[in-house]
Amino acid sequence: MCGIVGLFLKNPDLRPSLGRHIKVMLIGMTDRGPDSAGIAVYHQPVERNSCKLTAFHADPHHHWREIGGQLAEALAAEVDVEVKGNHAVIKVAAPDSGARAWLKKNHPDVRIMGYGELMEVYKDMGLPADVVARYGVDAMEGSHAIGHTRMATESAVTTEHSHPFTAAPDMCLVHNGSLSNHNNLRKWLRHHGHDFETDNDSEVAARYFAHRMGEGATLAEALEAGLSDLDGFYTFTMGTRDGFAVLRDGIACKPAVLAETDDWVAMASEFRSLANLPGVDQAAIWEPKPAVVYTWSLQ
Amino acid sequence: MITVDLADTSVRALNDRLHKLQPETNERAWHVINPKGAHALACGLTIPIEVIIEGHAGYYCAGMNKEATVIVNGHAGQGVAENIMSGEVRVKGNASQAAGASGHGGLLVIEGDASARCGISMKGVDIVVGGSVGHMSAFMAQAGSLVVCGDAGASLGDSLYEARLYVQGSVESLGADCVEKKMTPHHIAKLERLLARAGIKTDARRFRRYGSARRLYNFHVDHADAY
Amino acid sequence: MSVDPRGLRPSYSFPQHVLAEIHRAADQGLYEIRGYGAKRHLPTFDDLVFLGASVSRYPLEGYRERCGTDVTIGARFAKKPIHLKIPITIAGMSFGALGANAKEALGRAATEMGTSTTTGDGGMTEEERRSSKTLVYQVLPSRYGMNPDDLRRADAIEVVVGQGAKPGGGGMLLGMKITERVAKMRTLPVGIDQRSACRHPDWTGPDDLTIKIQEIREITDWEKPIYVKVGATRTRYDVALAVKAGADAVVVDGMQGGTAATQDVFIEHAGIPTLPAVRLAVEALQELDMHRKVQLIVSGGIRSGADVAKALALGADAVSIGVAAMVALGCNRPMFIEDYHALGTEPGFCHHCHTGKCPVGVTTQIPELQARLKPEQGARWLKNYLTVMTLEAQTLARACGKSHVHNLEPDDLVALTVEAAAMAKVPLAGTDWIPGQNSRY
Repeated sequence: MCGIVGLFLKNPDLRPSLGRHIKVMLIGMTDRGPDSAGIAVYHQPVERNSCKLTAFHADPHHHWREIGGQLAEALAAEVDVEVKGNHAVIKVAAPDSGARAWLKKNHPDVRIMGYGELMEVYKDMGLPADVVARYGVDAMEGSHAIGHTRMATESAVTTEHSHPFTAAPDMCLVHNGSLSNHNNLRKWLRHHGHDFETDNDSEVAARYFAHRMGEGATLAEALEAGLSDLDGFYTFTMGTRDGFAVLRDGIACKPAVLAETDDWVAMASEFRSLANLPGVDQAAIWEPKPAVVYTWSLQ
Repeated sequence: MITVDLADTSVRALNDRLHKLQPETNERAWHVINPKGAHALACGLTIPIEVIIEGHAGYYCAGMNKEATVIVNGHAGQGVAENIMSGEVRVKGNASQAAGASGHGGLLVIEGDASARCGISMKGVDIVVGGSVGHMSAFMAQAGSLVVCGDAGASLGDSLYEARLYVQGSVESLGADCVEKKMTPHHIAKLERLLARAGIKTDARRFRRYGSARRLYNFHVDHADAY
Repeated sequence: MSVDPRGLRPSYSFPQHVLAEIHRAADQGLYEIRGYGAKRHLPTFDDLVFLGASVSRYPLEGYRERCGTDVTIGARFAKKPIHLKIPITIAGMSFGALGANAKEALGRAATEMGTSTTTGDGGMTEEERRSSKTLVYQVLPSRYGMNPDDLRRADAIEVVVGQGAKPGGGGMLLGMKITERVAKMRTLPVGIDQRSACRHPDWTGPDDLTIKIQEIREITDWEKPIYVKVGATRTRYDVALAVKAGADAVVVDGMQGGTAATQDVFIEHAGIPTLPAVRLAVEALQELDMHRKVQLIVSGGIRSGADVAKALALGADAVSIGVAAMVALGCNRPMFIEDYHALGTEPGFCHHCHTGKCPVGVTTQIPELQARLKPEQGARWLKNYLTVMTLEAQTLARACGKSHVHNLEPDDLVALTVEAAAMAKVPLAGTDWIPGQNSRY
């Protein structure tokens, strides 16, 4: 199935090296997920009333600048486009909903991987080492990041089917496990207005949590609700604007390890991925309990 | 003392060397450094050598151990000493899930905490945990002893057969067919011996004993909701 | 023969056997447990036929012109792959479910024919290791009798995720078959009803299976092929995942696969038939460019050389027989008929393996009954049957112009029913129509 990782830097001095560390953590999970990989990095927040979208198109020479120009005109707002391989980071001086709606209508072949004010999502097919190289993850700085390596279980190996899945601004999810009632849940969520891009169970989980939070639940409350509504085996790690959260189902067969020092908190499916973090030899290392919500935030 | 550095040597090369040792070997003391969570370290050993893992081990450390002594100076991942036949495996830190799973004999000591399903399917191994164990520990445990100096998580001993469970602290809940049983002088003496072998100093009389109620031994409609 | 003037009409929804089952459930309050495989009507290999030689295709002579049947299993990673002379192996059946004489007979016959037998949910017996030259050792959720010495003296290792009769269920052995010897092997009290786990104790999911397979390789110094066995359900995903987890071979057991004991509802209502399972498994392998590199062994209702040939034509590397092997050893043979009656059944209908009172001495631990199956006789019967199946498969292969049974291909087949055409993805005879060709699968 998968390997998942998450790193949250408490000490701002470590922020320049976020990418370096998450890269090593992700590559450590290659055996668990050779099919595809993805990360979400939280950094470089945009100005107020602006947004940042990470978009994907399989064509490496897609006409991103042109699209950026059209978008700027349509929204009467400044747009900045930075192309990174088959992804593009599009900054818009306008709320994300308008930008996403315009792109969906005018360029439906462009996939939105992530959106918000500071989150960027990069995911693609290939070995983790290749994927991180493709997007220059090594050099990225930031406050926190989550990542995923995929061994596809019940849906296809495509870029879209890779994790993380985004369902709300600055919120994304990675998942190790296999849900058993996601097909019915998808129908229910569709009925409540959510659109799906894949038949992947993890996308259902991401949109489910977004749905609960959209109804007013806090992150913790949404995750708690998931314990009753989501059936199957899972370790979830969610990235949020301010930090990350970890949740395991009540039976807890899928692995999870947490490690914490004064400088950082990290999680991974196996200790192997944590083994090279600075100061790990003195870190507190433990396993999250089943059916307990764990959250860390910058506040 | 032979040191193997996993920064330079593969796990395959380490295990290959250990497997090729003859029973009469004088290479009896091994020190493995830089394990960094690698899996299957020192698994399938067959002769009474001692292997010390300096750091954290990944999954299945000392899996199917026979005769040897394996010590992890750190934490151990899932399935440490799974299916152990004899010998001793000691984890100085904590152990992840399924510690000692389906073990047939020998002794597994976890000085810290063990996680969920400690002793699952055990078939004769003695497991002594200095700290606490997680939920579903001793699930379908058939034979052997599980000694927990701390607390036990939910559903302890679910579907238990003849294994004996001793817990010093609290038990969150008992699993299907697992009941508290009387601690007699015989049990106390047995427990004292186990604690001594584990090198853990605590009073055996503070423990409570749990075993199978044996109501699930033959299918019967009146116990249908226990399945 | 007189006509009943009352004009009684049976109910299609509530036929005789359903009425009897409801009465039994009302009396006993527990699900029905039985042996054997699915008895319901299912699309099988019977619905496929071979296109033999014609003006455009020429047959091979039956005597001088060779039709090879050998197969090598496990060359992907193992230092010592398995070489089989025939593409028919004996499936995993436990000592406990079967008696010692049956296990010995299976071993002897397999050895003579140059093929393998497989241990089951109870571990390896000395008789089987001695009598079977090529022995596959199962690693099951229960881990009864599991030990590294047997792992190392096995010729191959089969990690069992599930079986066709009960995909998602664990082993079951009822009290009367848990004798002293069986109990000792399984570390259980004598005479209890064995409950078994359905998941492995120390891994769940293909990502952790990858690590488990690595551990088994480490313990056995990478010598032996490692098979992964699944009951046929989401076969396409399962086979892909087994390959990704590092298997040398995949064993897919269709819903017709047998068992010595499990709930009737499990046998009849879970799993997909072998017919679609083969095709799905082959497609998964082809997609990963692993067809013929990771071998596919198919089981579940293989009965004759025709079934063998059809499974191979659809892309399997070998097949495995369970129920058929037991039948060769005497299961349901019309002898000791009073004992069938004592069980409440007749030869031809018996599925009472779970009672331990097998009238012909195959699935029993009772010495007097076991004595009815002499290992030499059983071995001769099974050897003869395997020989016949091999000759039958060769006959069909030669008629299709093949010098080796592995050169049979799907295009040598057509289907007689719409269901079989859709499931096997083979055209309906006389047409080029494959129903569902444009669907996701």
